[in-house]
Amino acid sequence: MSSEPTRAPLLQVENLNAWYAESQALHGMSFEVPEGELVTLIGRNGAGKSTTLRSIMGIVRKRKGSIRFKGEELIGRQTYEIARRGIAYCPEERAIFASLSVRENLGLPPVLSAGGSTDEELLEQFPNLKARQNSMGTMLSGGEQQMLAIARILRTGSRFLLLDEPSEGLAPVVVKEIGQQILRLKERGYTILLVEQNLKFAQMVADRHVVVEHGQVVDVLAADQLQANMGRVKTYLGV
Amino acid sequence: MFDGISIQLLMGQLLIGLINGSFYAMLSMGLAIIFGLMHVVNFAHGAQYMLGAFIAWLLLNTLGINYWGALFIAPVVVAAFGIVMERLVLKPIHHLDHLYGLLATYAVTLIIEGLIRQQYGSSGLPYSSPIPGGVNLGFMFLPWYRLWVVLFSFAMCLGTWYLIEHTRLGSYLRAANENPEIVESFGINVPRMITLTYAFGVGLAGLSGVLAAPIYQVSPSMGSSLMIVIFAVVVIGGMGSIMGAILTGYLLGVVEGLTKVFYPEAANLVIFVIMILALILRPQGLFSKKEGA
Ligand SMILES: Nc1ncnc2c1ncn2[C@@H]1O[C@H](COP(=O)(O)OP(=O)(O)OP(=O)(O)O)[C@@H](O)[C@H]1O
Ligand SMILES: [Mg+2]
Repeated sequence: MSSEPTRAPLLQVENLNAWYAESQALHGMSFEVPEGELVTLIGRNGAGKSTTLRSIMGIVRKRKGSIRFKGEELIGRQTYEIARRGIAYCPEERAIFASLSVRENLGLPPVLSAGGSTDEELLEQFPNLKARQNSMGTMLSGGEQQMLAIARILRTGSRFLLLDEPSEGLAPVVVKEIGQQILRLKERGYTILLVEQNLKFAQMVADRHVVVEHGQVVDVLAADQLQANMGRVKTYLGV
Repeated sequence: MFDGISIQLLMGQLLIGLINGSFYAMLSMGLAIIFGLMHVVNFAHGAQYMLGAFIAWLLLNTLGINYWGALFIAPVVVAAFGIVMERLVLKPIHHLDHLYGLLATYAVTLIIEGLIRQQYGSSGLPYSSPIPGGVNLGFMFLPWYRLWVVLFSFAMCLGTWYLIEHTRLGSYLRAANENPEIVESFGINVPRMITLTYAFGVGLAGLSGVLAAPIYQVSPSMGSSLMIVIFAVVVIGGMGSIMGAILTGYLLGVVEGLTKVFYPEAANLVIFVIMILALILRPQGLFSKKEGA
């Protein structure tokens, strides 16, 4: 049921194993993210989706196998070096800094390469943030925090985004709004690896779905194959 | 005024309180900065302060470099020592319980103090004031050097506070205090930032040591006796709070001075009594933003 990507992969993950201390969370993950595509990682709680993103970013340090970005091996590199190669990461917990204002949160990531958005462009693009720019970070609603978490990584100029469950815990209207923002990023040529449990949301934005179970890839489906395989996917997700 | 308490005595003790408070503020500020980012209680802070004073003394007595030269050179040397220490001692144990950091810095303290004691003995070495004289205010004599120390350390505290709370560099530090992994994922070299922050805090201790040399005697134990008070200041002010450390430092210096005037018997205890009260009533620290401990 898997489909071969047609464009050159920007990210190639091969036989990736990762550990938290002695406990192994990833058991030989392999998948690819072609340039310009939006690929989701779907799978049930604890499947290893977030760990995959954290391993790519080097936040989970103990890992084996291969993660190649633009052909270059990332395993062995420090997190900040990985970021400087053009990867931006938006974590599941959003990580808005409580001691910083909205404006400071937004302006925190440094510009790493040309082509990033300016603070003004970001405030235009995410109007909810504009009105709240002088509030402290944690005074925002869940949806606003998620917008801020996505907006600030667009500052760096990195063209490959790792987004971990942006829809989690948000009301349907807000989920829709975030979906539209993500689609706009895709139109602007960003390559996105998106962790998602909300199938409707995943369907709305993705080109390809990578199904994860027990730290392994068990299926890869192109967007147009998802509907036909919905029964099986739902079993994977346990919904 | 009060019966039998002269204005000379009051103002004199207030000035001493302000001087001591300046050192409490500078040292506890450095400690708070280091603790905020690394969660390490830098026990070596007192030894690094003493090192600053000793380097100033050595510069003068071996190379003939005067106070003003030492004020610049000694903190840089102490900061460089801090870089080496962070890389060799603290970084390898960073992933362990932070208690190991405290123990390791305590070990370094014992080594530094021991080496200096062996080389130069334990008695105090004199360091003469670079700005002799003073001004008679009528009610008291104000030595110029003490005025300089109060003003300079106040400026240093204010400058450091501004740097951390109101600049872009400071926002990196504040963010990394909260979540170093995410700050690093933005492409910021957090490991280097930790090293430099430690060096900065330690350099501040060295600078305080140079300032202290003409006031107190330069001796191997000058730091450890001060550190007990500094820990109390940091506990009272709130462990990671910069402004809390500064304000508490000055406040306790002045309170200590005033106690000497009104109830001299308690002067050595008052800070610790306040510390105990603070721990009971507000364990997270007077100036901490966080609720609960
Ligand atoms: N910090 C950690 N320390 C130890 N084990 C962890 C840690 N984080 C995750 N794990 C374990 O690793 C496995 C994968 O977790 P991960 O967070 O990657 O799952 P996930 O697919 O993102 O789940 P969810 O949908 O709930 O976010 C789980 O078994 C989890 O318990
Ligand atoms: Mg997750």
